[in-house]
Amino acid sequence: MKNVYMDYNATTPLHPAVAEGMKEDLSVYANASSMHEAGRRAMARVERARAQVVALVGAAADPERIVFTSGGSESNNTVFATMFHLGRRGGRRGIVTSSIEHPCVLNAAAWLRDEGFPVTFLPVDGDGKIDLDGLRAAVGPDTLLVSVMAANNEIGTIQDMRSIGAIAKAAGAYFHTDATQAVGKVPVDVEEWGADYLTLSCHKIYGPKGVGALYFRKGAPFEPLIRGGHQEHGHRAGTYNNLGILGFGTAASLAREELASYASHVGRLRARLRDGILAAIPKVRVNGHPVEVLPNTLNVSFPGAEGEAILLHLDLSGIRVSTGSACASGSLEPSHVLMATGVGPELAHGSIRFSLGRDSTDEDVDYVLSVLPPAIARLRSMSTVQA
Amino acid sequence: MSDAFAWLYSDVVKDHFMNPKNVFNPDEGFKADAEGLTGNVKCGDQMLFMLKIADDVIVDVRWKTYGCASAIASTSMLSEVVKGMGIKDAYNIKPDDIARRLGGLPDNKIHCSVLGDKALRAAIDDHLAKTGRAGLFRNEGARVICTCLNITDRDIEDAVKAGARDWEGLQERTKIGTVCGGCKTGAEELLHEYVHIFAD
Repeated sequence: MKNVYMDYNATTPLHPAVAEGMKEDLSVYANASSMHEAGRRAMARVERARAQVVALVGAAADPERIVFTSGGSESNNTVFATMFHLGRRGGRRGIVTSSIEHPCVLNAAAWLRDEGFPVTFLPVDGDGKIDLDGLRAAVGPDTLLVSVMAANNEIGTIQDMRSIGAIAKAAGAYFHTDATQAVGKVPVDVEEWGADYLTLSCHKIYGPKGVGALYFRKGAPFEPLIRGGHQEHGHRAGTYNNLGILGFGTAASLAREELASYASHVGRLRARLRDGILAAIPKVRVNGHPVEVLPNTLNVSFPGAEGEAILLHLDLSGIRVSTGSACASGSLEPSHVLMATGVGPELAHGSIRFSLGRDSTDEDVDYVLSVLPPAIARLRSMSTVQA
Repeated sequence: MSDAFAWLYSDVVKDHFMNPKNVFNPDEGFKADAEGLTGNVKCGDQMLFMLKIADDVIVDVRWKTYGCASAIASTSMLSEVVKGMGIKDAYNIKPDDIARRLGGLPDNKIHCSVLGDKALRAAIDDHLAKTGRAGLFRNEGARVICTCLNITDRDIEDAVKAGARDWEGLQERTKIGTVCGGCKTGAEELLHEYVHIFAD
């Protein structure tokens, strides 16, 4: 049976060059904190990877501004924990974020709210964009942090980072962005965005799982989430994850080199898939911003059909996708992102996310376009809900 | 060799999901004697049961559902089970019975996706009402939840349908748990489930 992976926003396979490099680097076992030669050699490799990672998010940025973490969730939590300590010491305490953040930002913000910090979850419009005037109105002299994701994982909508950064700065607040989904898919520049903190994850850019990074501007406060030894200048304790970090470095280099070709490749396939779906299936809704959207992400709602049923029908045909349906989430609520865009529960339950990647092909798109229309027609024919 | 990861649920669920039995088809001219609809699109599952009944025996059945794979499979299985069954026995079918016949379902799926029994009961209630026996089976198969006051799961279901949305609202309508209070945990689970299914 065919195996068509269209869930690259969930995670990516290793880039072949990353896999090759990591196999060779299995021998780099020395503790990078050790003073001896093997340790020094390992540390040199870690530092090279740090430079490769920083180059992906800001050509002019200093590698010292990168702290390696276990992934995006740890990076995001480090920022919110830092804000917790700052707020407790007095001064500003306001947190402004969006209602469509990844759960790790939403839950970290909810934790601060429970600790008594004033937290605002900004609404988004029908395309998933936050309203800049709403942001201007939400920030003030008490605002400590503005945290807005660069691009949404579910619907792919890209926010106006430069304007959001400027508004945060004008209010005297720190600006954090979870750029987990943007990195490697669209140009990311911490200088241009005015970001004080930026979260990256490695496994979304064809690198290994279990490693990520947090960029922080020089002078931005930093409270370690994990205390211990003096690794990462005391910002993040724990023995260096040599293999993960070296894989991250290679993945970051490749992502930077291949960004333009990647974007045009997945962008062309995405347009084909979208147009094919719109032509073959009546009454569908493409979610997310029509233009300011990740080149690989296509989120579509199929009214009358339920998302988990669509997902499992496609799964039985070898097609791997995601859904915003409550049935697949383990909770009773459908996608908080789609609900925030105001599409309503039926379209949220009936949503499917196709996320393409560097290995996606025209044949993959053709195959999905051959399987999906009859699947939707079948589910709609037995549905109590008219499409 | 079969691969345990090739499919999420049992093979029986897979078969009923991909090849469901007794799905309503508008072209075949099925005329139902009674109908029952349960669930809503907001919660992600909705089911319609249509019955042909002769001498209080279900002689034929059709259904439609908006829902996940296990909802489709469980409704299909239920439709097979009730064919030829007396309405009183059919009224007593429990979600667990259907889940067992399907070769098991995850716990979190049993209560949200096996709505078929409730749609079936609604259809049988429709039949009873049409034949001048409204509410005849009201206490059939009901399970006592609050032993102090003899309050059943059916009473909780009715209270939710009448507007109870939380523990206080449920107590206001049923007085449940106002004596020893030992039933609260179980009753709240049911309340949560019924609010999910029946509340708009």
